[in-house]
Amino acid sequence: MNDGSRGTPILSLRGVNTHYGPAHILKDVDIDIYPGEMVCLLGGNASGKTTTLKTMLGYVKPSSGAVFLEGENVNDWTTARRVGHGLTMVPENRRLFKRMTVRENLEIGAYLRHRENHGADYDRIFEMFPRVKERLTQRAGTLSGGEQQMVAMGRALMAHPKVLLMDEPSMGLAPLLVAQNFEIIDQINEAGTTVFMVEQNANMALSIADRGYVLQTGRIVLNDTSQGLLANPQMRQAYLGELEN
Amino acid sequence: MAQVTAPSPARPVEVELRPAPPVDLGRAARLGLIGGVAMVLVAATGIVGTFQTRLLIDPILPLGLLFLYLLAFAFGWMAGKPPAALEGFAPARANSRNLVAGALAGALGGLCVGVLAALMSTFDLRGVFVQLSPQLLEILTFGLPLGAAIIAIVAISAVAGAIGAGVHLLPIRLKRSLLPALVWVMMFALFTDLVGQLFAGLSAEFLTDFLFTGRGGALTIVGAITVFIVVFVAYWLLGGRETTLRGRIEAMPRGQRTRFSLIAAAVILIILWFVPKVMGPFVSQVLDTAGIYLLMALGLNIVVGYAGMLDLGYVAFFAVGAYTGAILTSPQSPAFTPQLLLIVAIPFVMIAAALAGLMVATPVIRMRGDYLAIVTLGFGEIARILFNSEWLAPIFGGAQGITNIPDLRIGPLQLSTPQDYFYPIFLVVLIAAYVTYALQNSRWGRAWMAMREDESVAEAMGVNVVTAKLSAFVVGAVLASFGGALFGAQIGSVFPHSFDIVVSVTVLVIIIVGGMGSVPGVALGALVLIVLPNLLREFSQYQFLFYGVLLIVMMLTKPEGFIPSKRRAQELHADELSQDAWLDIYGDKPTTDATTTEPPR
Repeated sequence: MNDGSRGTPILSLRGVNTHYGPAHILKDVDIDIYPGEMVCLLGGNASGKTTTLKTMLGYVKPSSGAVFLEGENVNDWTTARRVGHGLTMVPENRRLFKRMTVRENLEIGAYLRHRENHGADYDRIFEMFPRVKERLTQRAGTLSGGEQQMVAMGRALMAHPKVLLMDEPSMGLAPLLVAQNFEIIDQINEAGTTVFMVEQNANMALSIADRGYVLQTGRIVLNDTSQGLLANPQMRQAYLGELEN
Repeated sequence: MAQVTAPSPARPVEVELRPAPPVDLGRAARLGLIGGVAMVLVAATGIVGTFQTRLLIDPILPLGLLFLYLLAFAFGWMAGKPPAALEGFAPARANSRNLVAGALAGALGGLCVGVLAALMSTFDLRGVFVQLSPQLLEILTFGLPLGAAIIAIVAISAVAGAIGAGVHLLPIRLKRSLLPALVWVMMFALFTDLVGQLFAGLSAEFLTDFLFTGRGGALTIVGAITVFIVVFVAYWLLGGRETTLRGRIEAMPRGQRTRFSLIAAAVILIILWFVPKVMGPFVSQVLDTAGIYLLMALGLNIVVGYAGMLDLGYVAFFAVGAYTGAILTSPQSPAFTPQLLLIVAIPFVMIAAALAGLMVATPVIRMRGDYLAIVTLGFGEIARILFNSEWLAPIFGGAQGITNIPDLRIGPLQLSTPQDYFYPIFLVVLIAAYVTYALQNSRWGRAWMAMREDESVAEAMGVNVVTAKLSAFVVGAVLASFGGALFGAQIGSVFPHSFDIVVSVTVLVIIIVGGMGSVPGVALGALVLIVLPNLLREFSQYQFLFYGVLLIVMMLTKPEGFIPSKRRAQELHADELSQDAWLDIYGDKPTTDATTTEPPR
């Protein structure tokens, strides 16, 4: 690992242990995300992927270890404060505010930036997702799955995130839409936003990510570049759908 | 075949409309039996007997029996209603079969009443149902022998049911004139006091003398016919126009529309100004009560409608407002008598309410849904018990309450009568309505709604849910406390028993029935649930029975309330609309490919 040249990680977990009551979910998890990177977290069901995200955002407090945002220990920060400092999430299954209009959903995304002008943000989002512009006054719950994904991404981008956390972006979408979606995530990353993505679709995630971590029953078992992971025999067998030969 | 293609867009296929299904007679029979049960219950709860003494139209129409047969009419109307037009079907047309369905439903309903009459004449049921007295039997059977009476009951019910179903056969313009005319006759007949007071206030007592049997008497036959004709003609003429008033307002250019709404607001304000002067003390008192409930409903609307937190102990904040106002203004307050003017005391009332709001909200911040409802219910009772307790009697006066609360004085203006109080109450209501409306489109309002939709995602967007929840509780509490302070000043005393759970429930029912999240809806809810029962003396005994019935009927037929906010209306009916496309009432597949049919947007 030649991390020395990359400066301070923008977001990192150091020795994080997380418990839900007596259940020990995350075990000594170390994750470092550097500015401009796209990092993915892979793992099977119940491996602790979503808990990692929740710990990062502050829904769950680690029982030991710490979350660092731009080098600062943020363990005691509320979720809202972390969001104000550049963490934003696109939740699993989009979870739009279904009874609110598309415009209201986007405005909530910019909730903490209410003193700024959002015109340019809208333009950027409409450029990326022309469909969203047509649907502005419609209730979010009436959109198709693909459109909802667009609004969810737009909503997150309205916050001007430094780090965009994505929880299972491929979940519940048709294969064609998954491909489109990953293309857009790639574009967002190219434009300078750091992306941390939790995924089950390892092939898809590794095709666009720079690096990846693999989580197994709450422990990081692999940590390598995407190429490295794709070539790793252990990885191929467990997550890339290849049988032993 | 590796190529992935997007689903082809729905082709504009010419589909032959299938004939609408005929009215379902089986359903009519079921409705008839349900109607019968309702009619029997109306008799057994004593409504028929109690209302029978009230003559609607002198001398032919007593309210009790009318009420009974109105049910037959209503169920006939439902039974004869052509089914709603479904996608792919021709719109249903009413025909004689609809009449048969209505008559069937009515007759079955009447049969149930007939059976009740037979049972009553054979057995003494008063051991169980106190109201099933020989007097009631006399009313139900019209004094006829049992066999003839049953035939008469069934015949009248069948005719009422058929008339109800017949409404669907009328041409639309006739229907839109006939029904309002009948409703207006009913209103004149029911609200005789109100109408009499209105005419007296306008110095038009000659109208009272003409329409009614005397001051405070029932509507005469001539009066009923006059009202009917006037309203019928008015609606007939209005119905002939191409556009509705609403349509024309919406068609106006922007500037003109603004001017129009300003003028409309001014006219409404002027009318409001004259309402207490014209309507006299009794009606003003009723309106004051309604205004205080409306104020609470607007506050609870923020907590429940906007922020989505079901607060069942809302009365606590009303009580805090009333008691704080009483302690600060009354010379009789047991512990502490600053004897402030209410106007000076108001900021302290607000602070006390805000603190109470924080006290209730803090422990329940992490609770959702049912848990929150139960805990707030507990808080509401705790408040009442504390105000009632011997322990705190040195401060709050225990069961004796605090009396001698001075009337509201604003500068040189000394208010005393219910008419006087109408103005401050409605001023505060208007302010509260404005605040509610402004909050809805504000950043706060959006944060509340986002929190109601999905708390954790709202948090991930940077909404501080703790602050958002506390602020909703505090805003709601402050609005209720205003109501409490005005209530105390107007009544002149506060007692713990004025603040029981029924107040919380009534306020909640107002916003549910009126339309959650909608300001005009809440206003209408207060009008229907507070003003009407107070003006209809006969009904007050059955007030909560009617609330219950109204709630059930509303939840089944119009769950979004009388005047819903746009959002909720869409939400609650979107499912129904999208189901149309999938509903398959003949049990065979629709001719179009259902998988390409998108739900209507």
